[in-house]
Amino acid sequence: MIYFDKVTKKYQDGIKVISDVSLTIEPEEFVSIVGHSGAGKTTLLRILLGEEKPTKGVVFFESVNINKIRKSQMNKYRKRIGIVFQDFRLLPNRTAYENVAFAMEAAGRKDREITSDVPHVLNLVDLGNKQGSFPRELSGGEQQRVAIARAIVNQPDVLIADEPTGNLDPDNTEDIIKILKKINELGTTVILTTHNKNVIDLLGRKRVITMEDGEIVRDKNGGYIL
Amino acid sequence: MFILNIKRIIKTGFTNFWRNGMVSVSSIMMMTVTLFFIISLLLCSVLFSLTLDRVKDEIDINVYAMTTATPEDVLKLKQDLEFLPEVDNIEYISREQALSNFRDRHRNDEQTLQALDELEENPLGSVLNIKAKEIGQYAGIAKFLESKTVLTDGEDIGVIDKVNYSQNKATIDGLSRIIDAINKFGVALAIILIVVSVFITFSTIRLAIFISREEIKVMRLVGANNSYIRGPFIFEGAMYGVISAFLATVLFYPVLFWLNPSMENLFLMDVLSYYSSHILMFFAVSLLVGIIFGVISSALAVRKYLKI
Repeated sequence: MIYFDKVTKKYQDGIKVISDVSLTIEPEEFVSIVGHSGAGKTTLLRILLGEEKPTKGVVFFESVNINKIRKSQMNKYRKRIGIVFQDFRLLPNRTAYENVAFAMEAAGRKDREITSDVPHVLNLVDLGNKQGSFPRELSGGEQQRVAIARAIVNQPDVLIADEPTGNLDPDNTEDIIKILKKINELGTTVILTTHNKNVIDLLGRKRVITMEDGEIVRDKNGGYIL
Repeated sequence: MFILNIKRIIKTGFTNFWRNGMVSVSSIMMMTVTLFFIISLLLCSVLFSLTLDRVKDEIDINVYAMTTATPEDVLKLKQDLEFLPEVDNIEYISREQALSNFRDRHRNDEQTLQALDELEENPLGSVLNIKAKEIGQYAGIAKFLESKTVLTDGEDIGVIDKVNYSQNKATIDGLSRIIDAINKFGVALAIILIVVSVFITFSTIRLAIFISREEIKVMRLVGANNSYIRGPFIFEGAMYGVISAFLATVLFYPVLFWLNPSMENLFLMDVLSYYSSHILMFFAVSLLVGIIFGVISSALAVRKYLKI
């Protein structure tokens, strides 16, 4: 489904952030990318999102070379990918319901679909009773759950979670990972980055890719080795 | 799809407007000030040009006949003058009419009236008020009258006592110069104020959108296209315009009410009632300016954050 072919990313000062990374991700897989800050995890995701172009190599998404997608078509491509960030990035002036609804509105979905899907997705992340709350009225964990609901409401093929638990305490971390697993079981490919050992432990036998200095040093199922 | 988006944009615009209360209020206040200046400029220039027209309308040539001249003599002179192509119309005021006009003008001035009563005879001659078709033609008429007084062709001798064209002319020229100067000064001042307040309003709106810049980024990440992000901001800008136009038009009432007495002397008219009777025009102009201004400011301000 996703295929990185010998991808290298160099910035203008010549520093390699990613060197010669090859990687295949199958549909409905749950993949974690672990590594210290600066290992190249986020750059890898940015390349996948089309926010940055690789210096060398190509990235395919279902046999489409994403570096060749035109700017005008980029919106369409990105709608197939849901993203969750470490800092949640919710719209502060909108309620939980409206934050999720916004993603559907932006995708041009009908009002009828919005009124039926949004509560459903919020229930999925256990926020059915906080639909009318503004982000400032929610805890970090709750905000991240709203962000996850927003990311999956348009039924993307892939959910990217970039350090989703980075700002959360262990209890909330566990909740978030549970939700991500549930989403994966429902058929969405999940790519998660983290540097938190507990997160990997919570994931059990899922695939873990370890990155160091822009290279993949380990790629195996289960266990956390750094 | 299009209508659905418009509906959502309007709804979001309203919600944002309401939830960003203070930001909306300050934007509206600034825009109200701008529109207020624009209405002032408009009102003043209309009033000045009306006053100037009226003053120009006051220009005429008054021919005062000798008291010894008979009505027939004066009417004969009137007939002669009416042959001139420059003359528009001539008003004849008989000696009796002139006297009663005089009494009427001085009805509060006991001394003058007493002095008048002591005279046995009406001291006033009859008057011809001549209006030319155009302002530039008065000189020609005056010249003609001059020749009448100077040339001794018999009958007219002793009819014309004096012609007051030159006196009037100086006064009117002076007055129109003053009006013109005030007008220019007012326009310059208003334009400076408008430019300043336009800049401040623009900055206020920019600031309002700057506050939302993170929000704009998130919207893009969630997959909203540019026009869908821009829409509510532009709608909000238009709303600022509508509300400010309304406020500025209404705010003019107390201000004019307060200024009216002194303005009445300057403009020789009731400015408040003039404003009331033309309120729709002033509202329409400020509405148009306000909406265009709000939309352009918002569009320019939001554009910056859509270029990612």
